[in-house]
Amino acid sequence: MSFTLNHLKSLESEAIYVIREAAAQFQNPAILFSGGKDSIAVTYLAKKAFYPAPIPFPLVHIDTGHNFRETLDYRDKLVAKLGAKLIVASVQDSINQSRVTEERGYNASRIRLQTTTLLDAIEKYKFDCCIGGARRDEEKARAKERFFSHRDEFGQWDPKQQRPELWNLFNGRKNVGEHFRVFPISNWTELDVWQYIGMENIELPSLYFSHRRRVFERDGALLAESPYIPMKPTEIVEERVIRFRTIGDITSTGAALSGATTVDQIIQEVAATRLTERGGRADDKRSETSMEDRKKEGYF
Amino acid sequence: MTDQIFDSNSYLNMELLRFTTAGSVDDGKSTLIGRLLYDSKSIFEDQYENIRATSERRGENFVNLALLTDGLRAEREQGITIDVAYRYFSTPKRKFIIADTPGHIQYTRNMVTGASTANLAIILIDARNGVVEQTRRHSLIASLLGIQHLAVCINKMDLVDHSKEVFDNIVKDYREFASRLQAKDIQFIPISALNGDNVVTRSVNMPWYEGVTLLYLLETVYIAGDINHIDARFPVQYVIRPYKDEFHDYRGYAGRLSSGVLRPGDKVAILPSGFTTTIKAIEFDGEQLIEAYAPMSVTVLIEDDIDISRGDMIVRENNQPQISQDIEVMVCWMGDKPLQANGKYAIKHTTKDARCVVKEIKYQLDISTLHRITDQPEINMNDIGRITIRTTAPLLYDSYKKNRETGAFIMIDEGTNVTVGACIILE
Repeated sequence: MSFTLNHLKSLESEAIYVIREAAAQFQNPAILFSGGKDSIAVTYLAKKAFYPAPIPFPLVHIDTGHNFRETLDYRDKLVAKLGAKLIVASVQDSINQSRVTEERGYNASRIRLQTTTLLDAIEKYKFDCCIGGARRDEEKARAKERFFSHRDEFGQWDPKQQRPELWNLFNGRKNVGEHFRVFPISNWTELDVWQYIGMENIELPSLYFSHRRRVFERDGALLAESPYIPMKPTEIVEERVIRFRTIGDITSTGAALSGATTVDQIIQEVAATRLTERGGRADDKRSETSMEDRKKEGYF
Repeated sequence: MTDQIFDSNSYLNMELLRFTTAGSVDDGKSTLIGRLLYDSKSIFEDQYENIRATSERRGENFVNLALLTDGLRAEREQGITIDVAYRYFSTPKRKFIIADTPGHIQYTRNMVTGASTANLAIILIDARNGVVEQTRRHSLIASLLGIQHLAVCINKMDLVDHSKEVFDNIVKDYREFASRLQAKDIQFIPISALNGDNVVTRSVNMPWYEGVTLLYLLETVYIAGDINHIDARFPVQYVIRPYKDEFHDYRGYAGRLSSGVLRPGDKVAILPSGFTTTIKAIEFDGEQLIEAYAPMSVTVLIEDDIDISRGDMIVRENNQPQISQDIEVMVCWMGDKPLQANGKYAIKHTTKDARCVVKEIKYQLDISTLHRITDQPEINMNDIGRITIRTTAPLLYDSYKKNRETGAFIMIDEGTNVTVGACIILE
């Protein structure tokens, strides 16, 4: 008898432990749900963690209004299937209420504006813990994250003053008005997530699979033609066979040329690829430390 | 990896090795990790292009692999590592999680953090400086935190003419010091992280070295014996009550096994109450399991109606942990303010919250000599010492030597909520 868990099973066990710990240590947690595969995986793990009871907290979608239709369809179907509660906080509302000002220009995006909408939602619903699907292998600032990551009353992350996180003991103590971000799949890589999706047969939005779409090239990334992205006169729209490696706001989600139509084909593709997953994300290309800067302000 | 078909099944069945890296400032730790990632082809083209461009802009005449791990703005500006960064890579043999921890003395708490979950520690020594205080501190911490395997890498061999004599002297010095450590398995490797000698490929510059490369060691070191499969310990984390008609009387005790194995039908005791019962079922996501072992997350159902809540522990009737309110501890102190004799702190131990008072500071450990300072011992940030505490509620524990999960707890400052102490239970 060997009593060994393979790598994916031990990551699953770790993630479920972290999710249950969040449920036990906080009064009012929520899952931040973007419609991307990582937040889908976290939601799926949360379902497993509490079965046969329902997930004891709502899914919160910070909606930039610049969505792929497929993402919203998928979201609504999943919520219905799980019997979960969905809360949508809209960036458009924040703009209408003059909480934030829309960016202008070709590369205008609502990514940064989401921070205000998110922090307002945390305050409004009194969430003391937001569970997210961020992974440490995604990005260099995220590589420094804790499982339980403290945010002060302004929602700020202070990477130089992080609490040491020892063994599997998570310190979620805080003062009133502060909250935590909790990242159950911190230790997963992109390949791990895909392997898990394959192993568990998890349904995903169709955007992740190869399809024909009208796209154009900007700064080395392929972007979907959309009313939300003003195009430069020199940019040419072409129909290409693509899929999305990450799914976020339509203005900053880059497509990759791909013929992969099944999870197995995607796993092959991810294993062989020589570009990082976020390489197509316009939001990360703004500066070398744009993720760190956004995270300090309270971003996901 | 690019050319061949990726074998999904063998990937699934790979073992996971967690290791931590430690060294002084400028020992080349980040460079070594960059080298491991680069030579094992785990760096992506856009990442490489990004650090190449940054190196060029900063006027460095080689691609600075350290930039791969120094992710924060302040780290890049100062060229140092401030916080633990986690890195992931795999070879066809194993998956690896690296906790890259800073070497500065003021950030020792991060080193302890990285070491607390590691199977192996890489201790880096600058060949020009030999064994220094930081080397001893890091080795002691790794050993104290129960890391069984140490890979001592003598780096920058290129700067000492790849000299066997320099290497041999450092090994001798280290062995002398290490005889007082608990780590059983210590290997020495002469490397140059900058040039890649003996990291992934064998060095042509040091034909006198007949041992293995660092990567080979990481791929083959035996770790399956590191988990305790004897003492079944199941700290209850969360009670699942569905409140649905079809699960009317369902009470599931959710948690993760710290160690050992449990099966339906096992006679168990519920601690601290001491009531005994039988395991009715072990479930996971609706599936009935025939057994559960560490570190599986499962839900346990029992035959009798006993009041059980978070912080209680399910164990075998004939194999129980110790129960006491008076605990002997080695503490690594991480707080800005020194540990207060008679001070009160919150503690987290397995899934249990309690409070404690520090009854006695027995001694402070001199890290360089391992001597005990018993005359007015004071434990400041980054110090290690032995203390006695008394807790508000009994702890269910084993010694850290026997069990890394039930033998450890953290101390929290009740004013600031900051984690200030990493505690290892001695007996």
